[in-house]
Amino acid sequence: MPDIRAPAIRPALQFADLTQERDVATIGIWVFLATEMLFFGGLLTSYAVYRHMFADGFTEAARHTKLIIGTINTAILLTSSFAMAVGVEAAERGMEENRRIVVFALTVTAALGVAFLALKGLEYYQEYQEHLVPGSGFAFGPRYRGPAQLFFLLYFILTGLHGVHVTIGVGLVGSVAAMTRRGAFSTGYTTPIMIVGLYWHFVDVVWIFLYPLIYLVGRSTQ
Amino acid sequence: MSVATAEPAPDAGAANYFFAGSTIRSWLLTHDHKRIALLYFMSITVFFFIGGAAATLIRLELVEPAGWLVSSDTYNRLFTMHGVVMVWFFLIPAVPNTVGNFMIPLMLGARDLAFPRLNLLSWYIYTLGGLFTVYALLVGGVDTGWTFYTPFSSMFSNSNVVWALVGVFITGFSSILTGLNFIVTIHKLRAPGLTWYRMPVFLWSLYATSVILVLATPVLAITLLLLAIERIFRIGIFDPSIGGDPLLFQHLFWFYSHPAVYIMILPGMGVVSEIIPCFARKPLFGYKFVVWCSMAIAAIGFLVWGHHMFVAGMSMYAGLVFSLLSYLVSVPSAIKVFNWTATLHRGWIRYDAPMLYALGFIGLFTTGGLTGLFLAALAVDVHVTDTYFVVAHFHYIMVGGMVTAFFAGLHYWWPKISGRMYPEYWARMAALLIFFGFNLTFFPQFILGYLGMPRRYHTYPPEFQFWHVLSSAGAAVLAVAYLMPLGYLGWSVFRGKPAGDNPWRATGLEWQTSSPPPEHNFAVTPTVTRGPYEYTPDPVPQNA
Repeated sequence: MPDIRAPAIRPALQFADLTQERDVATIGIWVFLATEMLFFGGLLTSYAVYRHMFADGFTEAARHTKLIIGTINTAILLTSSFAMAVGVEAAERGMEENRRIVVFALTVTAALGVAFLALKGLEYYQEYQEHLVPGSGFAFGPRYRGPAQLFFLLYFILTGLHGVHVTIGVGLVGSVAAMTRRGAFSTGYTTPIMIVGLYWHFVDVVWIFLYPLIYLVGRSTQ
Repeated sequence: MSVATAEPAPDAGAANYFFAGSTIRSWLLTHDHKRIALLYFMSITVFFFIGGAAATLIRLELVEPAGWLVSSDTYNRLFTMHGVVMVWFFLIPAVPNTVGNFMIPLMLGARDLAFPRLNLLSWYIYTLGGLFTVYALLVGGVDTGWTFYTPFSSMFSNSNVVWALVGVFITGFSSILTGLNFIVTIHKLRAPGLTWYRMPVFLWSLYATSVILVLATPVLAITLLLLAIERIFRIGIFDPSIGGDPLLFQHLFWFYSHPAVYIMILPGMGVVSEIIPCFARKPLFGYKFVVWCSMAIAAIGFLVWGHHMFVAGMSMYAGLVFSLLSYLVSVPSAIKVFNWTATLHRGWIRYDAPMLYALGFIGLFTTGGLTGLFLAALAVDVHVTDTYFVVAHFHYIMVGGMVTAFFAGLHYWWPKISGRMYPEYWARMAALLIFFGFNLTFFPQFILGYLGMPRRYHTYPPEFQFWHVLSSAGAAVLAVAYLMPLGYLGWSVFRGKPAGDNPWRATGLEWQTSSPPPEHNFAVTPTVTRGPYEYTPDPVPQNA
């Protein structure tokens, strides 16, 4: 990697050089993502336990999820991760000559994130109208009423927390896009873009687990 | 290995971190790990005395069998608040966020933690969580016990469960950020020559603690969130009326809370591992064993949570496995006790206050650990579940162990933190009084528990009164003993004699800079040439 640093960028007090600073940031984000993994892990464990206890009820409930919207959203998030990867790679190859590509890729990433959230909102709205929100007016008959409510509780909590993460991600990606435009980064110093990229990919990976668990598992059985 | 290259700090900063700025703003917006450590010291002291006040009322109440001071309901709120405050607002941050925060960069030869702003943020998050918890206390308290078991906590309790949950939930993020900061710092900010196996054991044990902090705390966060949802919306995934399983809550809760026990003891073990070699003037016996035992405790500690649920309706086979694993986790702890003892063997032992506390730690921790084996045995556990035997056991670990180690570390590093010596006579008296008062408080509780006294009751059959009175008398002694350091350490800040840079002739890097340290710790980044405990025949600093 060429070592061309903008004179303004110095390592913080506690670091000897920018390489060390970048290494620190990299380990930091990976440790943070490990934390996040355990955060979702508690929920996925609960999902696994109840799916095992109430296999039929969960299958029945899963049939009421919006497969089309879920699938489109999966495609949107995967595409956004591709755009993110393009942005990070372009930034690392040469910030100065690729600035416009980086800004474009990051903007696309954030826009796809917003599209995901909008579709998710539409999905919630449909589910609300179909009385799939657990509580007194819940749509299911007595046979699967309990398990289906458990399923939809887990569905709303899992996707809700994931949505919170996407929202934060959109904010972060938007900010680094704006910073890139302003010229805050240079070749050799693109750490924040890489960090935000890793976070975005993580949010995407969470969805890759949620998509089959919510929309697909058991759907084809009778 | 990538470590800082040796070069002078670009800006050495003020000569004494304490006087680097005197405005309130310079403290509340500081990025200096040493100042943030002092902010934590203040906060956890406040919470220690809030939790202690609840304990005092509990012991006062239990002097009489019939219940003379408070109602059952108030009593429930007292022990809940005692537990919540002591676990999350004192014990968990006690050593890592105070002594650890102060010492990690100094022992690493670094100028600060890897993320100084995150460190400050962690304190603010902790304080915010603390405020919510105090609010829950002020508007009437919580009556669920610190474990928040469902469905009582979610459906039936008429107390301020949600506020307490919010407080603990928020504080958890402070733990996560601190753990993250420590892990990254230890990986990347070691001075040149400071290889992993040259690191003091204190750093290793904080590393192991941090791994637990970042991997266990998020599970607590999601569990409390699920509980809060269930309480607020009156429907949730632990709700039995829709097929939910309250046992799942217990599993998730203990998946955090058992490792949390090791968050509360590993730093203490680290402190003691520094003090024993220094005051026995000998290298730590079996350094690598002690180091890897910390890591083993952190790892195996994640696999034993089920032993809190032996009578809760688990399958027999699960019980067997959890019992076996619980025995297994005691092995590395036992190895450490043997290593400390072997370090003492034929040492030139000095009984200064830090050493008295450290020796007290070994005795109390060993007692707590051995009684833990009773509880890991399925059949015995059935007999003593939810009795005072359990209460005594975990107080021996958390209070006898961790609080004693906290005081050990506080006294050991006090000359470095404050630049002054504490009064040795008073400190020794306090150490002895704590040891005596502690045993008088909690040893009778083993007997009470074995005889069948259940925990969390504020009335009891009169035949238990003798032991309860002994325990309460011990608590009075303990209360005085815990107040003493507040007095004489406070006094020493103004009147104590100047400590000099290295009053214990210790070898660690933290002793090779001035006392109190300069704002940026070292004028020149030290280069480490040897291991941490070269005390024989004469102490050699790590950077010599």
